Amino acid sequence: MSEEPDAGVGGSPTGVGDPFDRSLIDGTREAERRRAGAHDAARLVSFGLRSRLVPARDLDYRDLVRRYLREAEFAALTRAIAAGLGLVVLDVSERAGLVPAGAEDSAFAVRIGDYARRAGGEHRAADRLLHALAQLAVAALAYPRPADLADASYVGRVSVHGVDAFVRETCRLLAERTAADDLNVDPPVDAPQLEAAWRLYARRTSTGTTRDARRLAGSTTGIIARAMNFLVESGCLVPVGDEAGGTYRTTPRYQVQVRELAADAAFEELLALGVVTVTDGAGSVRVLVDEPALLEAAPAGEAADV
Amino acid sequence: MIQPASTTGPDRLPTAVGLVGDVGMIRRLKALALTQPLHDLDVRKARLDGADFSVYAMAELGLHAIDQVTVAMDFDRGADHDQVCRRLVPLAAAQAPDRPAAEHERVASWVLHNLINVGNVNRGFEAGYGTLHADGRYERRRFDFKLLVEFADPHGEIYLRATDEAVTVLVGALDTDITSAQVAAEVALDTLIRRGRLADARSAAEAARYRTVQYAEQLRRHLDATRRNVLAVDWLHAMPALVDEALHHVEQRYRYENAILTHIRRYRDSADDADHKRQAADLVAIVGDCIRRHTQLQARLLEAGAVFRAEQDRQQFAVTPARGGVDLHAQLLVPTLALAAGDAQRPAAAFFPGAVGVRTPRAPRVLDLVDLLLRPPVERDTLGAEVVEAELVTLAEPARFDDETWARALGLLDLDPAAPRRLSALLADARRRGDRDVAELVALLALHAVNPRVDASRQAGETTLTVAVDDGTALDDPEFGGADLLVGRARIVAAASATAATADGAALGDPHGAAESSDPAGITSILTELEATGGVAAPAGGRSR
Repeated sequence: MSEEPDAGVGGSPTGVGDPFDRSLIDGTREAERRRAGAHDAARLVSFGLRSRLVPARDLDYRDLVRRYLREAEFAALTRAIAAGLGLVVLDVSERAGLVPAGAEDSAFAVRIGDYARRAGGEHRAADRLLHALAQLAVAALAYPRPADLADASYVGRVSVHGVDAFVRETCRLLAERTAADDLNVDPPVDAPQLEAAWRLYARRTSTGTTRDARRLAGSTTGIIARAMNFLVESGCLVPVGDEAGGTYRTTPRYQVQVRELAADAAFEELLALGVVTVTDGAGSVRVLVDEPALLEAAPAGEAADV
Repeated sequence: MIQPASTTGPDRLPTAVGLVGDVGMIRRLKALALTQPLHDLDVRKARLDGADFSVYAMAELGLHAIDQVTVAMDFDRGADHDQVCRRLVPLAAAQAPDRPAAEHERVASWVLHNLINVGNVNRGFEAGYGTLHADGRYERRRFDFKLLVEFADPHGEIYLRATDEAVTVLVGALDTDITSAQVAAEVALDTLIRRGRLADARSAAEAARYRTVQYAEQLRRHLDATRRNVLAVDWLHAMPALVDEALHHVEQRYRYENAILTHIRRYRDSADDADHKRQAADLVAIVGDCIRRHTQLQARLLEAGAVFRAEQDRQQFAVTPARGGVDLHAQLLVPTLALAAGDAQRPAAAFFPGAVGVRTPRAPRVLDLVDLLLRPPVERDTLGAEVVEAELVTLAEPARFDDETWARALGLLDLDPAAPRRLSALLADARRRGDRDVAELVALLALHAVNPRVDASRQAGETTLTVAVDDGTALDDPEFGGADLLVGRARIVAAASATAATADGAALGDPHGAAESSDPAGITSILTELEATGGVAAPAGGRSR
């Protein structure tokens, strides 16, 4: 996709017979125009890096996004500038704005090691895995059906307790499946790396009292709450209330990130490990509506005006 | 057919194979491990700072704590920390009466925290055990368990529930099928009571109660799973079987416990020994609680089918989603969770950077750093803002009728015992003085006098009280409707001719519900008195409508 940014913006000489000075002036103008284009493209990238900003809130941003969608050349320029910064443009839309992703070794990418740095000692590896699993679980509950990821107007709603219950239920089903296979399911002592991931999760306490009445950071709800707060800072979730340990709704940016990058990356790793799960595409989690269908339309409308 | 088995069998089995996959052995090892945290309490108490804690029997307090949590476990909730601590403090105090109260509290919360294992990030325990493979390989495995688990209710309040393991430790039935254990306990209980061995009967009754808690816990978990996904629970065979079994169990237990209750009550009332009497009384309370729990379980069991049907309606008829995209749950989350921890790290870590998006690196400025370093630390008040003590004033409703109205109305009703009057006449009198409130109050008092509080008046030491009788005459009044009551004063005498007057009293049973009076004999005596003193012509037949 990487075209040369300076290829064919209109720099084609108008004719051989033109006076020399005329072409010089044209060349100067052309260079100016090109500089302005680069400036705008870089600005669009910088808007994209302000993760909580959406085009609907900023007129300049919106105009630049429209220009990106309209002018192929401007789009190519923007992508080139982003690539130079170590960013990949995942998607640009009026709803989500410019959604960048950090290329490998980019200064903008967040690594799991930095994120879960605080944990130490014997639980370091376990904590790291739980933090990563929490992110995966939040996304899985935010977009429970395959179609939700594809539907740009879909707005998911997740809560801390909801995600914890969701993963625990999955763990319970896995435990049942394991119990049916083999009676002795306890993990070997000397090989903690061989212990199934769901066991790590199921063993961790879901909540706990602390001296200062805050959430226990090492508990699964603590880990999930941390994941969600981090996503809020990244402009992926928006808090909507305190019920069920903290309730959030998803943003279009999060959907793009999960759909275009994260899911594929994880899927590739699974593929490399030889774990392939074939589904019929109908979704293994079924989403049920508690309220009448009329009320269900509200979140979609809400998404439209973001 | 028998021949080959008998010949090859002994040859095939090396000596060690007797242990391979020996389920019973593993269970026993695990059961042994479960008691470890309790022993640890006593081992580690020596290492506690501050005082000499060797006087406390920590394991005993630990068992009490599990006991408290188990008993407090309901279908929806458990015990809260403070409540359990409060109950443990007197037990700790009993063990060391001369120690300060603060120490008792410390011991109680120490025991509770250790049973939750607050120091461990999983808030659980682990124990090692080994298994022998068929090829003679010995493998060490880790057994993870918890005794008390913290849960958060919808409001974020944290409560405790005892795990199945904890209940098993407590009951001491280490490897038993709960249904059969229940029956055994029942039989034991009945026999024990008959023989008068109440201390043993008590423990048997308590064991029965824990089993019921286990049943309820099982059911609760299945129903929870059903609410999430109907298909996750086998409603075709397993669940109906469980519900049937549990219902049968409740039915049997209910009949049984009622019988036992009668037994113990009889024993309690006839026992001469004060200690036995007290034990029997305790047992009555426990069995009473058992019955309460069974009723609760039964109510839930009856709802179980409805829960299933409702969930089926809700879940099966939900809109089927359109196709497309990656299934995050089935294709990513479940396979990742099923992987070994070492492998799961890779897909999970690969998902992470993409999902959380980008972060702009923060560029520190020296100016900001100086500001930051020179800023005085924010004093954080652990207690928060002071709570203003609200001055509470009891909200007194203004009296409907003022004192003057009361005085006038009571004056009107202060009738000569020999001359009862009609309500209509009293109302006319009241209105003549020009106050509508007086008339209303008179009407209300007359209505009240239809069912007078004989006992209260007698206890207050009054000799007479106002009585109203409906003789069927209708009240003709612009404001009030109903019967034109006969109002009179009656003297209160001790019920003498109670039995003789009962029939009369029943016939009098007035339409305003006087029959619910606590002392029918008292009323009849009044009514007879009324007839005697007032001489009202009130034929019994005429009064009954």
